[in-house]
Amino acid sequence: MDKNNVSINHVREPLFHIAKRDRIAKPKAYAIRTVAILLSLIVSAIVIVCITGLNPLDVYVSMFKGAFGSNRRIWITIRDTMVLLCISVALAPAFKMKFWNIGAEGQVLVGGIVTAGIMIYFGEALPTPLLLVIMLGSSIVVGAIWGLIPAVFKAYFNTNETLFTLMMNYVAIQFTSFFVAKWENPFGSNSVGIINSRTKSGWFPAIAGQQYLLNVIVVAIITIGIYFYMRKSKQGYEISVVGESENTAKYAGINVKWVIIRTMVISGALCGLAGFIAVSGVDHTISTGTAGGRGFTAIIVAWMSKFNAFVMLAVSFFLVFLDQGAKEIASNFNLNEYASEMVTGIILFFILGCEFFINYKIIKRREDK
Amino acid sequence: MRKRISKLLVGALLATSLMGFAGCGNSDNAGKSEEDANAVATEETATSDDGADNADKKDLKVGAVMLGDENEGYTFAHIDGIKKAAESLGMSDDQIVWKYSVPETAAAYDAAADLVDAGCNLIVSNSYGHQSYMKQAAEEFPDVTFVAMTGDTANQDNLPNFKNAFTNIYESRYVSGVVAGVKIKELMDGGKLADNNKDADGKVKVGYVGAYPYAEVVSGYTAFFLGIQSIVPDVTMEVQYTNSWFDINAEGEAAKALMADGCVIIGQHADSTGAPSAVEEASKTGTLAFSVGYNVDMLSVAPDVALTSATNNWSVYYAYAFKCMMDGEDIATDWAKGYADDAVAITELGSACAEGTQEAVDSAVAGIKDGSVHVFDTSKFTVEGKKIDSYHIDLNGDFKCDDDNPDAEAVKDGYFHESELRAAPSFDLRIDGIKELN
Repeated sequence: MDKNNVSINHVREPLFHIAKRDRIAKPKAYAIRTVAILLSLIVSAIVIVCITGLNPLDVYVSMFKGAFGSNRRIWITIRDTMVLLCISVALAPAFKMKFWNIGAEGQVLVGGIVTAGIMIYFGEALPTPLLLVIMLGSSIVVGAIWGLIPAVFKAYFNTNETLFTLMMNYVAIQFTSFFVAKWENPFGSNSVGIINSRTKSGWFPAIAGQQYLLNVIVVAIITIGIYFYMRKSKQGYEISVVGESENTAKYAGINVKWVIIRTMVISGALCGLAGFIAVSGVDHTISTGTAGGRGFTAIIVAWMSKFNAFVMLAVSFFLVFLDQGAKEIASNFNLNEYASEMVTGIILFFILGCEFFINYKIIKRREDK
Repeated sequence: MRKRISKLLVGALLATSLMGFAGCGNSDNAGKSEEDANAVATEETATSDDGADNADKKDLKVGAVMLGDENEGYTFAHIDGIKKAAESLGMSDDQIVWKYSVPETAAAYDAAADLVDAGCNLIVSNSYGHQSYMKQAAEEFPDVTFVAMTGDTANQDNLPNFKNAFTNIYESRYVSGVVAGVKIKELMDGGKLADNNKDADGKVKVGYVGAYPYAEVVSGYTAFFLGIQSIVPDVTMEVQYTNSWFDINAEGEAAKALMADGCVIIGQHADSTGAPSAVEEASKTGTLAFSVGYNVDMLSVAPDVALTSATNNWSVYYAYAFKCMMDGEDIATDWAKGYADDAVAITELGSACAEGTQEAVDSAVAGIKDGSVHVFDTSKFTVEGKKIDSYHIDLNGDFKCDDDNPDAEAVKDGYFHESELRAAPSFDLRIDGIKELN
């Protein structure tokens, strides 16, 4: 650079600068996302070739087969999607309200504990339809309580709900360990085993020959319900106002404390219900792995979907697809699981990263000087 | 697997700075190089029929449900055993379909069912916790044979296609105890032991890192202890449980606690390298302690202190099971074999071993093979000061002694018949001289 040419009143613009977009047209946003997914596939392909020497196309085909390769795999993909979706839908109202409910894991677990307990103690005595109703009700109640406790503290004492709900997870995990030890079968195995494996009492029944159809029906009802609750109801509107600004909400005459408590009860209750589905409809057992980190995964789902219940379906499905695919890669190509996780990680990185380009635009320096 | 993706996502969550705390790093034992990535290819399409009855050499297709992958010692031993067995029988790589990192949850059932879809007619799982899910699959697919390795319920489940198998691992633990005993004798004779290496009665302290307080672990540490006592009678042992089969940190911490208490030998019944690594580290700073491992040779992580490891030779069983399937014969419901069939062994002796170790090992192994040495010889131990004349083990799976069942009597001819009435270990007496710390 020639120093003599630098003028005092001309500040050099950087080559690029970044500005927040006011809004973005939907087609453009989807175009950005599509490009991101394509880029992620290309980058993954390069990584696959460099590290393993495999043909990336084979790897992608194998991923697809892992999720859809057989009737059973398709149903497993659907089944896992439903549980993740249920938790995501449960979290959406709380996060929309900017109440950081990190406690879904625990809320799912307590719902699962109660479900398992009822299956164990009343499995012989009561018919399955009645059991299902009781388990549904009880899991909702305990999940709601698990959500209510941090909500009350937040509403009345302004406690940090992030820490509080997180800590409640550990309490729930300890409870789960306690009950696993209490109900272990066979004794000494440190696992509850499959509950009522002979009678299948308290299990979700197969509908039209499909073991997991009931899971789909239950979660579909919840998802549609929450969609309308958030979009169309007065309560849903109150949630978004409280989320935008508590002061505005107060000014508008909204009882903020009550909204916080009510919303967290709903959120916790639906998480508890997800625990019921996970235990009665999927695992037929309880362990500290019943929630399996999905309480955290669901946060991503809810955020990535901007709390739109139907987008959540797509995102949950996509994450489960990646997971099933990663497992299949590991099994098929004799890779250890970390290699297949890298592919998943790269794809997620691009998808999360592209939101930046949807929210911000990059302006190139004008070359007129 | 759910856990995996959630780790990734929690990482992504932090990256998007949704919140500023919580820590969930990726586990750090990634990246062991892939030695034989091309060794096993899988067939996606289900081609063979499910007829287990008329299976011949070509038709056998094995599904392997593995708890971990080859980075985890216990699973590595199984993968190795299956591959060796397949090789010895001339099976091709596409006759084995692998499922790695299958947790002990409903995912184990999913994996087994998926293997049935892929045309497998023999499905084996390698972890105890897979058992109930394998049984569930066995009920659903009667034409496919399922083996829950290390399981213990097949002999009472009355499912013709559901099997268990174990090895007489207590025999190799006894022999690994002999190795430790010879080492202790060398230390005693050389005057190397300090006061804190002995208890109030002058007995040398031995430590043991155990996973869970089950019969499997109790049987193992008792055999180890009796092996040591066959060389040096004046020893005492402390057992520290980790309540996990695989926890590198907890096993390391348990080993450190035992060494701090003066234990000179650290044995283990847990699957990681945590304990030997801790012993190696401590020895560098002058602590006198040696390690006896499990499953795999520990010399790579503890070259100066690893004496040997008790290990299973799973290929013996797998070769037997594969052969049975090929010949159209039924696999034994409850299989257990030991040194006599080379189903158990100890790994290469480390350089830290005392002189004369090999001779002592050879004589112990010979004794076990010819029946002159019985590991649980009732004249060699006492329970609350008394010799054991009778002990009914648990055969019906309720984890209580079956006192009213004469068939459950395990003490005959002066010794406890371990793994004979059922394959899984059943010796759960707490003998004198061993103290469980937690």
